[in-house]
Amino acid sequence: MDQSKFTMNYSFPKNAWYAAARDVEIGYSLFPRKICNEPLVMYRNKAGKAVVLQDACWHRLLPLSKGTLINDEVRCGYHGLRYNKDGRCTFMPSQETINPSACVKSYPVVERHRYIWVWMGNPAEADESKVPDLFWNDHPEWTGDGDVIYGKCNYKLVLDNLMDLTHETFVHSESIGNDAVAEAPFDVTHTDESATVTRWMKNIDAPPFWVAQLGKDVKVDRWQIINFIAPASIAIDVGVAPEGTGAPEGDRSQGVNGCVVNTITPETDTTCHYFWAFCRNYNLKNVARTHQLRAGVTRIFSQDEDILEAQQKAIEANPGREFYNLNIDGGAMWTRRIIDKLVEKERS
Amino acid sequence: MRFSNEWSEGRIKSIKQVGETVRQFEIDIPAEVSFSAGSHINVEVYFKGHPEIRSYSLVGKPRRTSVLKIAVKLLPESKGGSAYMWTLEEGQKIRVSQPKNHFELTYGSSEYVLLAGGIGITPMVSMAEELLAKGENFRFVYAAQKRSDMPFSEDLNTLLGDRLQLFVQDEHGLVDIPALVNSMKKGSQLYVCGPMGMLEAAKLAWFQSALPAEDLRYETFGTTGLYPTVAFKVNLPRFNKTVEVSANQTLLDALEEEGIEVMYDCKRGECGLCQVDIIEYSGTIDHRDAFFSSEERACDKKLCACVSRVFEGELTLDTSYRG
Repeated sequence: MDQSKFTMNYSFPKNAWYAAARDVEIGYSLFPRKICNEPLVMYRNKAGKAVVLQDACWHRLLPLSKGTLINDEVRCGYHGLRYNKDGRCTFMPSQETINPSACVKSYPVVERHRYIWVWMGNPAEADESKVPDLFWNDHPEWTGDGDVIYGKCNYKLVLDNLMDLTHETFVHSESIGNDAVAEAPFDVTHTDESATVTRWMKNIDAPPFWVAQLGKDVKVDRWQIINFIAPASIAIDVGVAPEGTGAPEGDRSQGVNGCVVNTITPETDTTCHYFWAFCRNYNLKNVARTHQLRAGVTRIFSQDEDILEAQQKAIEANPGREFYNLNIDGGAMWTRRIIDKLVEKERS
Repeated sequence: MRFSNEWSEGRIKSIKQVGETVRQFEIDIPAEVSFSAGSHINVEVYFKGHPEIRSYSLVGKPRRTSVLKIAVKLLPESKGGSAYMWTLEEGQKIRVSQPKNHFELTYGSSEYVLLAGGIGITPMVSMAEELLAKGENFRFVYAAQKRSDMPFSEDLNTLLGDRLQLFVQDEHGLVDIPALVNSMKKGSQLYVCGPMGMLEAAKLAWFQSALPAEDLRYETFGTTGLYPTVAFKVNLPRFNKTVEVSANQTLLDALEEEGIEVMYDCKRGECGLCQVDIIEYSGTIDHRDAFFSSEERACDKKLCACVSRVFEGELTLDTSYRG
């Protein structure tokens, strides 16, 4: 496989489910968002079911998001053409019939695990069983919340960032990073559609974030198990347990366990929608904790946003320059290779 | 959705007679393209040395390919498209557009009924392939005048088995379209491609049923009407002219040749921009458009010049020119 275009390879598979919105973002109103370079308009009908249409009127291309929802149909804000949930035109002004070719593209939609997922490729191949299993977001034994970040970088730069957490030591030293992260060895494994980076840091000092979660400042065994689910989701199983209580062997009962749920959706080649949530399986009824964690992770991720935006600008400012890859990039390189294969498969 | 044509230079790979009046063309194109069920390509044809554009549906299973398959019926009153296509030989070059789709399947329906008449079979083959691959619930009704002029019927029979019903008009008479529509429930979609008479019958039956208008899908090319295609005479008092419209020419073409400007766009009777006022007429107006409602047609006050004609009569018209 050609890895020479690693840096600027912005491609993404189209036959895939991408998170288009958080569940709370979409209601009975028109919500525009560009996904995979295509302008979309989303809404819920009165029964609460999400609809996703192309955000351009068949007639004069005005964004339909500038129009109005009327009885579950979208009325264009320019000449009043109306479209139903399938994108079929149901009204044309000043004529008694409707042009039989009048329609806008309607996208397959699934709402699952607190996201509205949209299938950007051939609708005939949309298979609901392929929605990434981000169960932590709405599982009764887990709780948490998150947000969506407007990433000013290609989505793969976010995947790179999450697949290698060495950067915590240098970007997030005051919260989740310390020297142990950059020093501990790790394992990289993969399947055809997933890649996993496992890092155990044994008998270390917990960084401030985890001291607060555990409720005591003791030596801990810390884990970060990063799971990439093609094409653009990463669930990171994280936690600490007091040193020697058996976490590395499988008994996490004395520790605290979280899952950083991430799914990144290309907006354009150089921007993305970065959906994240921090879920935990302890202190489930503590709403204040949910709030604090969400605020805390928001602060941590804002440090990444700065880095990623600057990195994207640097790529553009250094045309022809390629990335070097280190040992720590193994996980990121597997995600890119898996994505490249999916893209290639669509082209053949 | 409407997209600009992106032309590429194709080459006729093979020509095969697939019915008495239907030829199948396989066209090699330089780069692979994907097409979805119901797609067509535009093809550059030459008529009296002038390039014109014709649309032909892509036949076969939707996929990524560098060989496009179309089928062309030789129409006796051809405006030039099919006659030109029939002059082509294997190895010849031909300009083709990227695949486009005005006749897309909408997924998630409880049942699909495909109704094809004659050469209207062409977009339906890819739809049947797609629905079969997806395991959807569908039926396919294919009607034609003669058994000897039913392209792809054998392939479809093998592919679809019991899902396919063939109607040969010379043997069985016409398809009972009202009965077909009445057998459908809310949530079913009907896709029709066929001659004007079939489409009109389907529309009528559909609008008399309680089924939602948007679940009836059809594609028109305006090439057939309810009456035979014959020459007719048009009087234009404002211009002090009488124009002869030959059988292989549209009214719009004839007016343009006389330098009488008429606005137009789709040239298949959908947009209504080419409508002209009927002052008087004899014979029968053969409305071949999908723009006017049946009430509007019944008034015979206007017609779409791009497709509609007069049968056994004469027409007196006015255009929008007020100079």
